[in-house]
Amino acid sequence: MEFLFYMGDVFTPINFGLLLLGTIGGLILGATPGLSPTMAVALLIPFTFQLEAAQGLILLGAAYTSTVAGGAVSAILLKIPGAPANIATTLDGHTMAQKGQGAKALQISFLASAVGGVFGVLLLIFLTPVLAQWALAFGPSHLFWLAILGVTVIGSLDSKSVVKGLLSGCIGLWLATIGFDDIMGAQRFIFHPALGGGINIIAALIGLFAIPQVITMFAKGRHNDGAEVIKVQKHPISGAFRELMRSKRALGIGTATGSIIGLIPGVGGQIAGLVAYDQSKKFSPDREKFGTGHSEGVIAAESANNAMVGPSLVPLLTLSIPGSPTAAVLLGGLLIHGIFPGSDLFDNHPDVAWTFINSMLIGQILMCIFGLYVAGLAARVAQVPQSVMAAVVLGLAVFGSYSVQSSMGDVYVMASLGVMMYFLERFGFSAAPLVLGLILGPIAEANFIQGSMIANATDGMAPYFLGGRLNILLIGVVVASILYSGYMELRTRRYTSKEEIIA
Amino acid sequence: MKSLLAGAAIALAGMTGAVMADGHANYPERPIMMMVSYGAGGATDFQARIVTMTAGNEDALGMPIAIINKPGAGGRVGWNWLAGQAEADGYTLGAYNIPHFIAQSIKGGVQYSRDSFEPIANWGADPAVLVVGADSAFNTLEDVVSFAKENPGKLTTSGAGLFVGHHIAALQMEKAGDMKMAYIPTKGGGAAAMKAVIAGDVMAGINNLSDAFRAREAGNVKILAVADLERNAFLPDVPTMMEAGLDVDNSSVNFRGVMVPKGTPQGIIDKLAETVPTMFENSRVAGKMKAGGSPMHVMTRDEVLDMWAAREETLKELLAGL
Repeated sequence: MEFLFYMGDVFTPINFGLLLLGTIGGLILGATPGLSPTMAVALLIPFTFQLEAAQGLILLGAAYTSTVAGGAVSAILLKIPGAPANIATTLDGHTMAQKGQGAKALQISFLASAVGGVFGVLLLIFLTPVLAQWALAFGPSHLFWLAILGVTVIGSLDSKSVVKGLLSGCIGLWLATIGFDDIMGAQRFIFHPALGGGINIIAALIGLFAIPQVITMFAKGRHNDGAEVIKVQKHPISGAFRELMRSKRALGIGTATGSIIGLIPGVGGQIAGLVAYDQSKKFSPDREKFGTGHSEGVIAAESANNAMVGPSLVPLLTLSIPGSPTAAVLLGGLLIHGIFPGSDLFDNHPDVAWTFINSMLIGQILMCIFGLYVAGLAARVAQVPQSVMAAVVLGLAVFGSYSVQSSMGDVYVMASLGVMMYFLERFGFSAAPLVLGLILGPIAEANFIQGSMIANATDGMAPYFLGGRLNILLIGVVVASILYSGYMELRTRRYTSKEEIIA
Repeated sequence: MKSLLAGAAIALAGMTGAVMADGHANYPERPIMMMVSYGAGGATDFQARIVTMTAGNEDALGMPIAIINKPGAGGRVGWNWLAGQAEADGYTLGAYNIPHFIAQSIKGGVQYSRDSFEPIANWGADPAVLVVGADSAFNTLEDVVSFAKENPGKLTTSGAGLFVGHHIAALQMEKAGDMKMAYIPTKGGGAAAMKAVIAGDVMAGINNLSDAFRAREAGNVKILAVADLERNAFLPDVPTMMEAGLDVDNSSVNFRGVMVPKGTPQGIIDKLAETVPTMFENSRVAGKMKAGGSPMHVMTRDEVLDMWAAREETLKELLAGL
C-alpha cells in the first residue's frame, strides 16, 4: 500500500502540470504517424535534464502511457498504425470510421485503453516481485516457441483464406531476413545501402497500411468527381461505456493477454495487440463480424496494448533489465539523475519510484478523459474529401517514415512496400499477417540460433528445445492452436467464389 | 535520375566546401549534428547526449549539437552512412565505438575502414567485465578458467554480438588461457546478454562495466574480473584479468568518442580537436556521467590516433584465425 502514501506527490501543482503536459503532448505525438512511443519518450528526455528526478519521470511516464493510446487515433482515422502495438486496432477501427462510426470507435478505444492500462499498472504495483521471476523464466527456447505460437495465428488473421494468410505471412518472414543478421553479422539480400539495417518496422507499417489506401483513394477520385461525404454519427459517451460493458469477454481477453505478453522481455509490446485480437476472435460467438467494423476487435486490441505498459516495466524496475526499446529509453531517463533501477530504486528513492508509477496510473485516466473529449471532433476527419485526404495521408506517410531515422532510405522502403501491398490486396492478401511475419521472423530466428548454440554447448538440441515444463506447455498451446485453426477451416469450409478471385 | 541526384549533391557539397575554405574562423555558424550508430536509450546514445549537452555554451562550441540515431546491424548502418553519404563539412560528426568499427572493417562487408574517419576526441572507456549470476558456483576467474579447461566448449558465455568488445575479450581469454568457451552472441545488445546471465540461460557473460556495475548494485550478478590494465574506480575490489592470472590486456575496452568523416577541412578538425576535450571536462558533464555509472576517459586527437592504430594492429592479429 506504499503507493497510496506517495499519491499526494502526483497532485502538487508542478507535478500535476507536468502530468497534464505529458499526457496531452503524448496523445498528440502518439497520433502522429511514425512517432512511436519509444521515439516520443526519447524526444522528451532532454527536457528532463533540468527537472528533478521524480518530475522528469512523471513527464516520461505520462508520455509513454498516452502515446500508446494516442497511436489508436491515426490507426482508426487514417489506417496508419503509429507503432506495432496499434496494428490490430486498424483492422476493425478503420472500418468503423469508414462507416461513419469514427467517434464511437475512438471513444471505445480510449475507454478500453484506460481499463487495460489501469489493470496493467495495478499489476506493476502489487505483483512486481512475482512477475519479475516470470519475466526471467523465458529463455531462448521458450521465446522461440512463443514466436512459433504467433506464427500459427498468421493464417487466421484478417484473411479471406488461410492459404493466402499463410502466403502473406511467408512474404513477411522473408522480408524480415533482409539486412545484416544481428547475431552472425552475415549480409542477406542487401541490394541497396538503405537496406543494410533491414526493413524498419515502422516504415514498413506505414507503407503496408497507408499506401494501398492512398492509391485506392486516388484511383476512385478519377471516377467520381463529387466528393463522397460520409455522415459522421454523433455518439454519446455513455453509449460507448455501455458497449464496453457488453463486451466483457473481449475486454477481459485483451487485458489478460496484454498483461501476460507485456511481461516477456523483447517480445511483448509488438504482438500483444495482434494476439489479443486473434484470441477474442476465436472465442467470440460473432467471429464472422471481426474485420467488418466490430467494436469487440477495437476493444481487445486497445485494452491489450495499454495493459502491456505496466508489466513491460517490471524487468526494468526490479532487475534493471530494459525489456523493450521504450524501457531502455526510460532507463536513460533514470540514470541521468543517478538513480539505478532495482533494489536501489525502491529502497533509497521510494518517492521517485512510486510517484512515477502513480503518475502512470493517473495518466491512464487523464488520457481517457482527454481522448473522449476530442473523439467527436477528431472523427470529423472522415468528412474530409477523399482527394484531399489521400494527399494528407501520403504527406504524413512520407514524414512519418523519414522521421524514424532521418533517412530517405526508409521512405523508399515504405513506398515500394506500399505499392507492392496495393497489388497484393487486389488479390485478396492482407497486410496484417504480412506484418506479423515481419515482426516474428527475427524473434524466432535469433532465439533459435542462440538456443541452438547454447544447446550444442550443453546437453543437445532435443532436451533443450523440447524439455522442461514451460517448453512442453508452449508446444502444447502451439499444437492446440494449429488443431483449432484446422478444425475451424474444415467446419466453415468455403470455396473461393468467382467474385473473390476478381476482387 | 540517381546519378543526376548524386551529381547535384556533389556540386552542392563542392560549393559549400568552397565557401567553408574561406572562413573556418567563424565555425560553427549553425547547429551541429552528431550521428550515433546505436538506438536511442543505448549506452552510447545516452553518453553522447550527456557529453554534448554543454556544446552550446560560449566557452565550448557556442552552437548546440543534436544527436541523430542511425541504428542497425551492430553499428554498421550508421558508420556506412557516415563514411559514404554524410557531408564532410564539419557540421556532421559521428560517435565511434572502438573496437567495434575497426573489427568490423577487418572482417569486411562494410564501406569504411580506419582511414575513412578522422578522430576528434575520446570521452569514455567502458571495459569489458566477466560476470556470473549471483547464485553461480563460480567465485573467481580461476574457477571459470578451470571449468573451461576441464570442459572444452561447454562454458556458455553471453555477449552483445560478434566483433564487439565483448567478443574480443572472449577471444583474448580463450587465447590467454588456452581454452575453448562457447561464446553466445545475443540480439538486443548488452541488455539482452545481461538478462541471459541473470536468468541463468548461460553460465557466464561478458558485459560492459557500467551495466554490470548496475546489475551488481541490484544484487543480480557477481563480477569476477575486469579486462583492463588497471582496476576501475567504480569496482576497486574486482581484480583485472592479468592479476587473476589470464594475460588479457585492454584491447576489448569500449572506447567512445567523436569523429568526423575524412575530407572535413583541416581548419575545422583543428578547432574541434581543441575545443571538444575541454567540453568533455566540464564539471556538469562529469557529474552526470558519474551519476549514470559511465566511466569517463578524455583523450585528445593525437592520443586517439595512436590508440586507433594500436587497436587495428592487435585486432588484425586476433581476428586472423577466424
